[in-house]
Amino acid sequence: MDNLALLTWLIPVPLFVAFGLMALMAYGGRLPKPTATAIAMTGVLAALVLALIVFASSLRLNLNKQPVGSSFPWLATGDTTFNIGVVVDPLNLPFVFMVSLACTLIFLYSTSYMANDPRYARFMTYLCLFAGSMLGLVVSDNLLTFFVFWELMGFCSYALIGFFYNKPSAFKAAVKAFMTTRIGDMFLMLGIVYLWSATGTLNFHAIMQNEDILEHLVHEPALIFGGLSAATVIGLLIFGGTVGKSAQWPLHVWLPDAMEGPTPVSAMIHAATMVSAGVLLSLRIFPLLNATLAHVPSGMGTAFNVIGFIGAMTALIGALIAVAQFDIKRVLAYSTISQLGFMVAAIGMGAYVAAAFHLLTHAFFKALLFLGSGSVIHGVEHGHHHLAHAAPAGHAEPTGHVVPADDHGHDAHDAHGTDGHDAPSEPEFDAQDMRNMGGLRTRMPVTFITFLIGGLALSGFPFITAGFWSKDEILGAAYQGLTEGQTLHTVIFAVLVFSATLTAFYTMRQIALTFFGVARTEAAANAAENPWQMTLPLGVLSFFALFAGLMNIPRQIPVIGTEWLGNLLEPTLEASIKVIGHEHAAVFSFVPMIVSIVIGLLGLSVGWLIYGAKPLAANQADPVEKLGGLFTFLNRRMLWDELYRAVFIMPLQWIADNYSRIVDKGIIDGILTGGYAIGGRFAGLLKSFDERVVTGTSNKVGEFFRDLGQSGRELQTGRVQEYLVSALIAAVVMLAFFLFIQ
Amino acid sequence: MAIPFLTLIMLCPIVGGIVVLLMPARNSEGIKVVSAVAMIGAVLLALAVLIGYNKTLGGFQFEERAPWIPTLGIGYHMAVDGFSAPLPLLNAIVGLCAVLVSWRQEDRPREFFAFLLFLIAGVFGAFMSLDVFVFLIMYELVLFPVYVLVAGWGSKNREYAAMKLTIYLFLGSLAAIVGLLVVYFGTGRSFDFFDMQNGIKNLSPDAFTDLLFRPSSLLGSLAARFPALSELARISRGWFPFLWIFVGFGVLASIWPLHNWSPDGYAAAPTPVSMLHGGVLKATGAYAAVRFGVQLMPDVAKYWLPIIVFLCLVNVLYAGLIAYRQKDLKYIIGFASVSHLGLVLLGICALNAYGLNGAGLELFAGGVMTGLMFSLVGIVYERSHERDYTKLDGLAKVLPVAAVGYVIGALAAMGMPGLSGFPAEMLIFSGLWQAAQTQSLMFANTLNWWYAAIAIGGVLSVVITAAWTLRVGAKMFFSEPVTDAWQKLPALDAREKFAIAFMSAVLIIVGVQPNSVMSIIDSGVQAMVKAFAG
Repeated sequence: MDNLALLTWLIPVPLFVAFGLMALMAYGGRLPKPTATAIAMTGVLAALVLALIVFASSLRLNLNKQPVGSSFPWLATGDTTFNIGVVVDPLNLPFVFMVSLACTLIFLYSTSYMANDPRYARFMTYLCLFAGSMLGLVVSDNLLTFFVFWELMGFCSYALIGFFYNKPSAFKAAVKAFMTTRIGDMFLMLGIVYLWSATGTLNFHAIMQNEDILEHLVHEPALIFGGLSAATVIGLLIFGGTVGKSAQWPLHVWLPDAMEGPTPVSAMIHAATMVSAGVLLSLRIFPLLNATLAHVPSGMGTAFNVIGFIGAMTALIGALIAVAQFDIKRVLAYSTISQLGFMVAAIGMGAYVAAAFHLLTHAFFKALLFLGSGSVIHGVEHGHHHLAHAAPAGHAEPTGHVVPADDHGHDAHDAHGTDGHDAPSEPEFDAQDMRNMGGLRTRMPVTFITFLIGGLALSGFPFITAGFWSKDEILGAAYQGLTEGQTLHTVIFAVLVFSATLTAFYTMRQIALTFFGVARTEAAANAAENPWQMTLPLGVLSFFALFAGLMNIPRQIPVIGTEWLGNLLEPTLEASIKVIGHEHAAVFSFVPMIVSIVIGLLGLSVGWLIYGAKPLAANQADPVEKLGGLFTFLNRRMLWDELYRAVFIMPLQWIADNYSRIVDKGIIDGILTGGYAIGGRFAGLLKSFDERVVTGTSNKVGEFFRDLGQSGRELQTGRVQEYLVSALIAAVVMLAFFLFIQ
Repeated sequence: MAIPFLTLIMLCPIVGGIVVLLMPARNSEGIKVVSAVAMIGAVLLALAVLIGYNKTLGGFQFEERAPWIPTLGIGYHMAVDGFSAPLPLLNAIVGLCAVLVSWRQEDRPREFFAFLLFLIAGVFGAFMSLDVFVFLIMYELVLFPVYVLVAGWGSKNREYAAMKLTIYLFLGSLAAIVGLLVVYFGTGRSFDFFDMQNGIKNLSPDAFTDLLFRPSSLLGSLAARFPALSELARISRGWFPFLWIFVGFGVLASIWPLHNWSPDGYAAAPTPVSMLHGGVLKATGAYAAVRFGVQLMPDVAKYWLPIIVFLCLVNVLYAGLIAYRQKDLKYIIGFASVSHLGLVLLGICALNAYGLNGAGLELFAGGVMTGLMFSLVGIVYERSHERDYTKLDGLAKVLPVAAVGYVIGALAAMGMPGLSGFPAEMLIFSGLWQAAQTQSLMFANTLNWWYAAIAIGGVLSVVITAAWTLRVGAKMFFSEPVTDAWQKLPALDAREKFAIAFMSAVLIIVGVQPNSVMSIIDSGVQAMVKAFAG
């Protein structure tokens, strides 16, 4: 093992050490806040330094031919072993950098944002495990290691989303997140099992860069899914993991609720960790998906089409619902779903590099937006507390939007009764409702500028934002399919263009409602800018939200067009391209770029005309509410939760409640009853042992048992010898019986 | 002469039990100390066996033989192979922890601990005996103390539950005895496992059918009259002994639909009995089904298990779903153990190295997990006298060690990486998937493709288990304390903390470094698998 491989092993280690240390200290007694801060920050900074060293020294290497890494056997059975190992290869190289940097910034932010929480130390402890798991996942060299960290992250997300455990909505959201992603994990587990039994290895490099294995998987028909190739079925099963973790339709429902966790956790989940892991998984197996093209005479084949369809569907659903939300974090949550849909759609169209590119840029600007929204909420709350302390207790909010009881809109800080700010009016005021904001640009200038940069990046504001370049490449891939006459790609192109327009629109709506106009509540009027620990990360992330696009600007663009990421990633597909026999080269066109520019500006302008030019006054209805029934439908999140409840959860609960009544009592007892009627005493004996006997015979059976029990009690004097003797007698009788019939 | 480790392991609880019986009943502390010392001895010896087992050599080791009733082919024959080597340690660990958490037992402690120790001794004997006759005696020796302990020291509905449990298990063992007797008479009239195995190797798969349907027998003459019966006999090749043995022992492993005794029994049983029964005795059933069913008659197993696998799937899903909706903690863990044994049986039914390895690992680690969960439930119940988890809240504040133990047990149950459940589940599902690519013996020219569907169904268990563990843990331990009474519960004593920590540590060690146990189990499994290949 060379030094670089050792360093790669070490990237996640500081965070796990920090986690262990803090867990032990917290268990052994009190873990003071400064100590927790020191340990957590040391851990994450050490991980960042290691990651930067690995990143910098790997850049010179030919990682595609010779990835840096090592592994050791973890579970050996017979002549096969499951390994645990790490690797740095072209695909995870940029993620090593992005994840460690984003985590560091989020940690720094948390030290201020969570400072007043009595369970601060515990929060930082979980955060260390969360970040460590993600870094471990990024450097995994095989699917099993990947899955190990993947599941650990699932557990951390459960603990962190449900961090305010005394808040029922947070608890529900945590369970929902864990269970929904676990449904995806189930498919992933099957995919792993299938891949393992088909190839005998789970190592990414050994499978994805190996022509023979890919060839074999493509030509082997799948078990039980007749007609498809093994590669298609394995690819789709593993993609099931992405659907869960990256909140793709139809498993997208957990992500919006996940913002019940503290805002830094939302930033972790939406940018650096959970959802990125899902897309990263699909990128990891992309060569396998790519190889399925070998079988397809025209078009993209089942695997790609399913993925493309799900991605486009998710992009559209997310964008539509985001338009009709009032909660500042909820808008961002649905925008994440929508943007993840873009990435998945890109994968479904074979645009490997574009998907990775958008994943990276999105991570930066979405972390920025979430941290920015946290800053806004913190500022508004500050204003609200300021007010509450100034005003007499029980002071009603004349202008605040009151949260309905069933809404999940409370900010964690508000409902968390033990954080020391216990103003009586607090639960009624929603510091996350954008209708309670307005005019914050003057009160919180740093937050405003950085949020604006993040918003423009999300909208794809031309040329100067990273989001423009990455989204443009996805649209470019769809456009290429359109020119080649592929129906599905034409539809995807239309859907993505529409979704991108909506994205620009709701982003501008959000910015305008939050920062422009005049303050619509006293709280917003008294909001204050936050300390440097919160604004510094915003500044750093803004830098990347603007300039991260430079890593993959098309080479047709003069001077800045390097296609660094493309050059890095494309060689990893060589093996799969050999299997297909021909390369599906990306064709550059200026048409989608012009479309990107037009829709980005169009959405932003419409948003500005409606919300910016005529700022919303206090208690004035939002213009989108004029949509009537459609608004209600979208505001209620298209009723997916209600649908799932009616279609899946209720029937399952009914089965669980009634299964034993129907099957145990009805069928098993029914058989026993029938056997009793026919077979006489032996069956009667069996039947009567059952608790739930048919009413008519129960008395008789009861008496029989009482007598039997009585005699049994007399027999069983508590002496082992006597019992042994009876067992022996029984055995002898049986022996005699068999000797006799012989 | 080599030290007879296996007999010594078994003697620990027997001697302990006899000493306890000789002690004055007033000396309750002394009785407990003796019991604990006996179990500590057993743990150390069982650990020595596991460490001393030579996995490169494989096969049966620590062999002890003595003639007993040579005319009937009965002898005292003890040995462990890789598959069974970890199981005495499982029994010793759960047994020791069971003793430690019942330290407050003041109701007839002398009898209680004596029966408990005899129960443990019987399980040791069953795990290590290679003579079928001795095995059956040990097996029955286990059932008897269970009955007395449940009926005498159990909670609500205890007599009904004790009777139901005993009769079910007794009928199961009767079926197995009949099956084994057929093998005994069909082979060389020796109860020795090796003799039986060699005898069967020389028989055709239809030998038992031929034996039962020979023209001079009753069945034979009936078959001559009714051709349908002889047709039935033809397709059911050797079903009689194999199915009776497998299903008979399967009753103890709570195979569906013969699981009904289990939740009722566990709900009524005192905590240490639930721990031993759920964690170890069920493992005895599954172990016996492997040893005396699958290993004895691999060809017939290959014929029948692809059908039985459906029952095991029902186990996993059915019991899991019921556990999800139950409110009584003991019923929840009881149904969960049924579901969990379903996974073990699924692994066995896969009939390949992955599946059997997974089953072996799950028997060991899953047994400790069930023991841990039952001990936690018992600890909570003993203090609060409340078994409905919806009425409990905020226990993490008063019983923090129990809460941590619960989290570890729950994560192991749901297959979280880093704990023992994950490698076991991974192997079991890999085994099932691989089995889907084998030829079916029952249906010519067909793959056992439904194993893939079984794997897909079985994987649902990871979601179902997560559902109930989260629900129960969150309500019971990690909710906001509402009820004052619960905040005044007495804290755990050092013994209880040790028991929880000990069992949790096993789950973590096996989870982080599964090879520690896996390599030993694997050496036994590889030998079994060779028989299937042939």
